[in-house]
Amino acid sequence: MKAYFEGLIGWIDARFPLTRLWNEHLAQYYAPKNFNFWYFFGSLALLVLVLQIVTGIFLTMHYKPDAELAFASLEYIRRDVPLGWLIQYMHSTGASFFFIVVYLHMFRGIMYGSFKAPRELIWLLGMFLYMALMAEAFMGYLLPWGNMSYWGAQVIVNLFSTIPWVGPDIAIWLRGDFAVSDATLTRFFALHVSAIPLAILALVALHLMALHEVGSNNPDGVEIKDHKDADGKPLDGVPFHPYYTVKDIWGSVAFLFLFALVVFFAPEMGGYFLEPDNFTPANPLLTPEHIVPVWYFTPFYSILRAIPDPQFGALAMLLSILILFFLPWIDRNPVRSVRYRSPLFKLNLILFVVTFAVLGYLGFNPPTPLYSELALRFGEWYFLFFIALWFFSRPRRNIERLATLVVVLGLISLYDVVRMEPGHEMLVFLGWLMPASFVAIMIFGSGIEKLGRDLPVPDRVTE
Amino acid sequence: MKRALLLAILCLGPAGPAFAAGGAELPGYQVVVDLTNRASLQRGAKYFMNYCLGCHSVKYSRYSRVGEDLGMDMEMVKDNLIFTGQRVSERMEIAMAPEEAERWFGAKPPDLSMIARQKGATYVYQYLMTFYADEDRPWGVNNWRFPYTTMPHVLWREQGLQQAQWKEIDNGNGTKNVIESLTLESPGLKTPEEYKQLVIDITSFLVYVSEPARLTRESVGTWVLLFLLVLGGFAYFLKREYWQDVH
Repeated sequence: MKAYFEGLIGWIDARFPLTRLWNEHLAQYYAPKNFNFWYFFGSLALLVLVLQIVTGIFLTMHYKPDAELAFASLEYIRRDVPLGWLIQYMHSTGASFFFIVVYLHMFRGIMYGSFKAPRELIWLLGMFLYMALMAEAFMGYLLPWGNMSYWGAQVIVNLFSTIPWVGPDIAIWLRGDFAVSDATLTRFFALHVSAIPLAILALVALHLMALHEVGSNNPDGVEIKDHKDADGKPLDGVPFHPYYTVKDIWGSVAFLFLFALVVFFAPEMGGYFLEPDNFTPANPLLTPEHIVPVWYFTPFYSILRAIPDPQFGALAMLLSILILFFLPWIDRNPVRSVRYRSPLFKLNLILFVVTFAVLGYLGFNPPTPLYSELALRFGEWYFLFFIALWFFSRPRRNIERLATLVVVLGLISLYDVVRMEPGHEMLVFLGWLMPASFVAIMIFGSGIEKLGRDLPVPDRVTE
Repeated sequence: MKRALLLAILCLGPAGPAFAAGGAELPGYQVVVDLTNRASLQRGAKYFMNYCLGCHSVKYSRYSRVGEDLGMDMEMVKDNLIFTGQRVSERMEIAMAPEEAERWFGAKPPDLSMIARQKGATYVYQYLMTFYADEDRPWGVNNWRFPYTTMPHVLWREQGLQQAQWKEIDNGNGTKNVIESLTLESPGLKTPEEYKQLVIDITSFLVYVSEPARLTRESVGTWVLLFLLVLGGFAYFLKREYWQDVH
């Protein structure tokens, strides 16, 4: 039996690099042995992708991409198709979990400096994946043809009309109509089920090829390839298979447990995963009281709304996403892992997480004057995170501190003066203290030995 | 276990974003929907067919499905639920033409398949509880939860007519009149307690019909979680077995 099997493998290997691929990517791919909790999310993203594709295929069997039929076909899936509700909830919950997993995966990359040389291309390909995922989620969200689907798409497509000169024409071209309509629904369906998933699969393949070329980073941010044994195997590495396959199986089951908790016991997740206003059909004459995107877009939506001028708001939102692409060239500090970065870097990272969460919260709520001001200030903190990262790239002189402080606070104060309205002076001034204190602590704090100094990085992994 | 989970989820509900459409929040009117109370669901279905289905369709649900889910055989469904001459396998549609409905009421009565998912059980309950007499409205009634509703008080014979007690409040730039409470001036066929139960029954039915899968998904989910627990145990020990020689 074994001989037959080996014969078969040999037959294939003579015609296709089966054993070679298996070894290069699994059995002989050496990954650092000190991966921690944060390293589950790459394989979990792959798991969710597979779940989305499989459930998506079953949904397309019953879904009708037609403005007259789409909403009813979704209810047909939830009610009349055997286990249709399960497939549908897995797909809708999967969308939110995809973003949870991807955000944690990206945070891991930022925390341990995984985007730094020689892994810039992995990061860039990952960012393209993230963009593709956002497009996929946005277009998929129109398909239920609920009222929030409809108005959400209306708002987002209108963002394109803020592009100078050609914007309105681009918006019409994207919609295929002057407003979101059946033409929009059918093209979003086509893109959602074929074009973008193909792009995502291709990008995942490239992402993994780039990763396996340079090897994985790890929580200590040291190169395991620098220390090899006599056979040329990294001393601190273990073969991905079986070590990380069995570990990821355990992680996947734990993940599926949480996933099932939502799918079976709270598929709406209190209105965050399935919005109540999407349980009524699209109605061009009835705007929902608050148009809110799904939670994974709300941080960027907050930044969009923080600037009243729609063109600059859209530009700020675009920048807030684009700036992530440039992370490898913003943070040039040779120390990768947060473990050996300065206390100020750690504070900066914590504030970034808080900022992202607060922006997400604000994006969910109506923009009262206080909330608008907060959104603007946390939006400034969002960008200041990157400025601080850039500033921490190398030891700085006092003249650089002063110049950075003057330029950054000058620009922020200038904008505050321009937008000042009578009666809001106190709010604006109190708000101004947020970026001002941030800059003061990060920029001038870096001059204090205890706060600004990175730690020595060990030679080998520590666990 | 299931009950506890259900309760936990019901409690989680209000923590989410507040989506309920305009009108007053009425803390004095709260409802707890119990989907395991089959008798209540059956009564709710019967009341719905009697009082509501004349104008409001439930077009995404079939009579047969309601019968199956609520434990009624098809003869019972035919005799007790279907007043429109439809077959049990058909969807719960209405005969009223939309254009005429719009002419009569000013707005087309909405399909109620998903109303409880869209606006919540509390909304449905409060809406049905808080009609009050108002001479200025075409049907002689207004609604506390949904002011200026175009719907007549279909259940007035059961509930009787409530009168609004008004009070003046200062909202910063002048005073305005708001409702303080509703009092039952002319009693109906049912006592207030009986009427409350009737509204709870209808609300429960609407919660059920907005997501029939909910009757089974939690029990299916419990088995899935148990399976994953066992699988997780094996996966964990497999991982530990492999990893014990590392380090």
